[in-house]
Amino acid sequence: MSALPAGVLPLDHEQNSKLQSAVSGLSPQQLQWVSGYAAGLAAASDQPGVSVSHGTAISAAHSLSDERLTVLYGSQTGNGEEIATALADQAVARGFSAAAVSLADFKPANLKRESLVTFVISTHGEGDPPDDAEIFHEFLLSKKAPKLDKLKYSVLALGDSSYVNFCQTGREFDLRLAELGAKRIAATVECDLDYEDSSAKWSEQVLASLPELLGTDQVSAAPVLRAVDAVSAFSKSNPFPAEILTNQKITGASSSKDVRHIELSLEGSGLSYEPGDSLAVVVNNPPQLVAELLSVLNLDGDNAVTVKDDDIKLADALSSRLEITAVSLGFLRAWAAVANDPQLSALLDGDDQERLTSFVDIYQIIDVVREYPAAVGATDFVAMLRPLTPRSYSISSSLTANPDEVHLTVAAVRYEAFGTEHWGAASTHLADRLDEGDTVSVFVERNKRFRLPADDVPVVMIGPGTGVAPFRAFIEERVERGASGNNWLFFGDRNFDSDFLYQLEWQRHLKQGNLQRLDVAFSRDQRQKIYVQDRIREQGAELHRWIVQGAAIYVCGDAKHMAGDVEEALLDVLTTHGGTDRDAAISRLKELRAAGRYQRDVY
Amino acid sequence: MSNADLTEVEIIKANSRHLRGTIAEGLLDPLTGAIAAPDTQLSKFHGIYQQDDRDIRSERARQKLEPAFSFMIRARIPGGLVTTSQWLGLDRIATEHANQTIRLTTRQAIQYHGVVKRNLKQTIADINQATLDTIAACGDVNRNVMSPPLPALSSVHREVQHYAEALSEHLMPKSRAYHEIWLDGKKIESSKADVEPIYGDTYLPRKFKAAFVIPPQNDVDVFTQDFGLITIVKDGKVAGFNVSVGGGMGMTHGETDTFPRLGDVLGFIRPESINAVAEAVVTTQRDYGDRTNRKHARLKYTIEDRGVDWFRSEVEQRSGVRFDAAASYAFVANGDVYGWQKDDVGAWHYGLFVENGRVADVGERRLLSGLRAIAKQHNSEFRLTPNQNLIISKVAESDKAKIEALLLEYGIENSVHSSPLRLNSMACVAFPTCGLAMAESERYLPSLIDKLDASLKDNGLADEPITIRMTGCPNGCARPYVAEIGLVGKAPGRYTVFLGAGFAGERLGAPYLDNANEAEILDALNPLFASFSSGRKEGEHFGDFLLRNGLVRKVSAGRHIHDS
Repeated sequence: MSALPAGVLPLDHEQNSKLQSAVSGLSPQQLQWVSGYAAGLAAASDQPGVSVSHGTAISAAHSLSDERLTVLYGSQTGNGEEIATALADQAVARGFSAAAVSLADFKPANLKRESLVTFVISTHGEGDPPDDAEIFHEFLLSKKAPKLDKLKYSVLALGDSSYVNFCQTGREFDLRLAELGAKRIAATVECDLDYEDSSAKWSEQVLASLPELLGTDQVSAAPVLRAVDAVSAFSKSNPFPAEILTNQKITGASSSKDVRHIELSLEGSGLSYEPGDSLAVVVNNPPQLVAELLSVLNLDGDNAVTVKDDDIKLADALSSRLEITAVSLGFLRAWAAVANDPQLSALLDGDDQERLTSFVDIYQIIDVVREYPAAVGATDFVAMLRPLTPRSYSISSSLTANPDEVHLTVAAVRYEAFGTEHWGAASTHLADRLDEGDTVSVFVERNKRFRLPADDVPVVMIGPGTGVAPFRAFIEERVERGASGNNWLFFGDRNFDSDFLYQLEWQRHLKQGNLQRLDVAFSRDQRQKIYVQDRIREQGAELHRWIVQGAAIYVCGDAKHMAGDVEEALLDVLTTHGGTDRDAAISRLKELRAAGRYQRDVY
Repeated sequence: MSNADLTEVEIIKANSRHLRGTIAEGLLDPLTGAIAAPDTQLSKFHGIYQQDDRDIRSERARQKLEPAFSFMIRARIPGGLVTTSQWLGLDRIATEHANQTIRLTTRQAIQYHGVVKRNLKQTIADINQATLDTIAACGDVNRNVMSPPLPALSSVHREVQHYAEALSEHLMPKSRAYHEIWLDGKKIESSKADVEPIYGDTYLPRKFKAAFVIPPQNDVDVFTQDFGLITIVKDGKVAGFNVSVGGGMGMTHGETDTFPRLGDVLGFIRPESINAVAEAVVTTQRDYGDRTNRKHARLKYTIEDRGVDWFRSEVEQRSGVRFDAAASYAFVANGDVYGWQKDDVGAWHYGLFVENGRVADVGERRLLSGLRAIAKQHNSEFRLTPNQNLIISKVAESDKAKIEALLLEYGIENSVHSSPLRLNSMACVAFPTCGLAMAESERYLPSLIDKLDASLKDNGLADEPITIRMTGCPNGCARPYVAEIGLVGKAPGRYTVFLGAGFAGERLGAPYLDNANEAEILDALNPLFASFSSGRKEGEHFGDFLLRNGLVRKVSAGRHIHDS
């Protein structure tokens, strides 16, 4: 495209040249998206409460009425965004004005100007909101929340029923919105890991109510323009069978852990991903576990059962269709009913949430059925179980650096508990049950809340253990892009000799100037344990300088302990070296988060 | 010689600010278990060798992990004399920081293996705490000074040990780098403050080895040393020493201008001249040694190239000492003596066989624990021998039974159960830690000896002492070229076999088989054992027999070893 003549444009010279450089080299598809994006920006700027959301699909529909559907979403993975965007798109396709907006980009005080909002909100850990909804959540539950009697709403809550406070954030939203006077248009729907059916029903219900709520006078406008990835026939509903190119143990012989570097071929899939995305892997359960479960339950694996309208053998159902490792509350209640065990009932009915949480944490299904024996038929047992869902791993490669490949960093979970061997279903599926040359079904899960910043922005990456995975991708990507921003990695694990994941690659990146700093903490190499948070504090002055200079901070890895410990360390750094008190440090961290400069991928 | 011709190591030494380099900084780098490549040359001067576990080198590379780096640390122990309290210190360090073994070396020192970088400084500090050090145990300087450990004449022995310690002290590098880096000694701001009056700023072109010997036992292999002092005893007193120069073992496979060489005797000197002569030998080598080629840098090549007479006069001129004519002497063996020996003042010494010098607890044979127990009971001395064995020294008649009981309790009294071949065997460390190894040595020789013992037994030679030594590379740490059967590693499972050396270390062996595997070695030796058994003269040694019968070629000088 030739340069546009100045003067006939509503842009000044500088704006024009910026536009030219921004669009130069884009494919027709990309240009089409940009046009839709710009239209969306215009629409959004007309709308109250919506700040610009980069990379978020916004409906280009222009409504005649002021009213529209705003789908606010917050989730740690890309699922929430996917549901929200699909809903907004369908609403627009049906001729309504609608926009999907991340809660991270939504100014909470503007909620009172909205008339119709649906929420897609997930819950994490022990009932916490996702990172991108934290500020909104706090506002909504605080005294500052305004009266919302003009607002109509519905909530789709995402969660994992193996956690005690299942869908807690969704429930809180629902209760609080009602309390503030908002009117529920459809009951809150709570989704487990297999959310697709429930969320589709909820979306349909919302869409069905739109004519009444928004009026039928809205006209169809421009077709929805979305950020389109390279078209791939493969998706969650149709995963790609990826060939295993490499399955290499990358912890040393003396390690207490078995961490695998797994390379998969995406050749011919048309799948693409960006650093920060995850790869979902369709897995089978460990055959030893299936056999053991059948034996403990005294059930014949050849029994016919029905799973989602498929008539299959029990053994196959347990192997590839049903979750048989993690205990959900639903399972525990169902099992308690047949086991008729007073202890178990007391645990479930009592109010010792902490005990229940730790029980669900420690026990696998096999442990429950062994410790609280009961006679149960194949059909009844199957009915207690949740569907087996794909497991997600943060991708550890850059597609640019590794065309047609995707790499994962997987810790094989095997341990002794209750006197028997235990396995993580997915990790051992990858580590133990697949050889090079085998295939595994995969699809890409976007994580737009975990993205590299502009090339010139310094990046601080905190990723102990397999949490280092996305940062391998980050560095590879930044090298490919020739990004000028400095990179600093904090890594930690148990032992230097055996657990320094990707040691040779980091050494090379340092030598070649791709990585400016690398601070490591090996907890078990000395009497006193040292963790990444200790290194963060040690390097506080320098880290604070980086933050002042605009660095973006990324944390990936364990949510239970590490994420919180690291956050405390970051607050200490902001307090000690920023010369502020703790409250100010907390606000500062929130600002960083709101500005996309503190992103987490914790699990 | 222009600077451009100097070897890389020469440049590193010159730029090292007297052996400092960036070792101290490297110790603090938490991202690698290694130190910087140039520093690995300098650390040797501090007795520290960077190594890695070669058994898992390729596995680690696939695991995207750097090699499993660790360090070998060698102590400086003149004459191999350690008090039992020093031994207890060394023993604790082996358990706490190293791989639970102590390796006795062929130079009467001890080595630790498997010390990781983060424990390195503490290990040296602990060695210092045990009143020992590792200064100049490796590197292009005078190494551990050897001295005979078994006192037949205790007063002579004591006097020679005293000279060995004085010589070691005299030739020690004077740099304060060791104390600064390892012992948190005060830093000297300007490298000018450090002066090396003997070595100069670039030290020697190559390693330098010195040893005292007291005939008739040539246990230190005096002719393999750069600088050897053969004690001449008259009327029960030390009269002086015959000086031998220019011995050395190392060569390179396939490079015939490299060769092992036995020392030449320059003449006789009085005891008070030792240090002056030694210094003159060192400074002559410092000034004339080849710094452009490390394979041609030992003193043996300087003497080979310039002649013994030139060297003698250079040393006389520098030292102001005139050599008298060499006194007569005779050697009978270059091995060790085992079991109880009584010295001239009535003290007992127990020679304990330590196969390949490895002090470790292995199954029933708990050598490390046993020596610890003995050291706790026996408040006296251990002597480390030149053949990697250990002498429990200065035992009173009344304590003999107690020592014997402990030897039995810990399953380490095997000197009497091992074959004479095994008792006269030596192997270097080689795989998995030594970076130079081309073939197995310490881990392989014992099983080869099992097979050779069977062959000797079949030939009625079960009680015949034959010296056998194996090294994993041609550098020759275990002095294989002066063993009657010398096996020098060439490739995994393959050895060059040298035969015909003298039993007392007075003659080099000749290459007999090249690149031989175990079957070929056994096939070659079996008929030779048979001939030896049937055709030997009374008291004739294996090497002498082979030569007399023309079964192997006589190597009259090192430079002729590759002749065919």
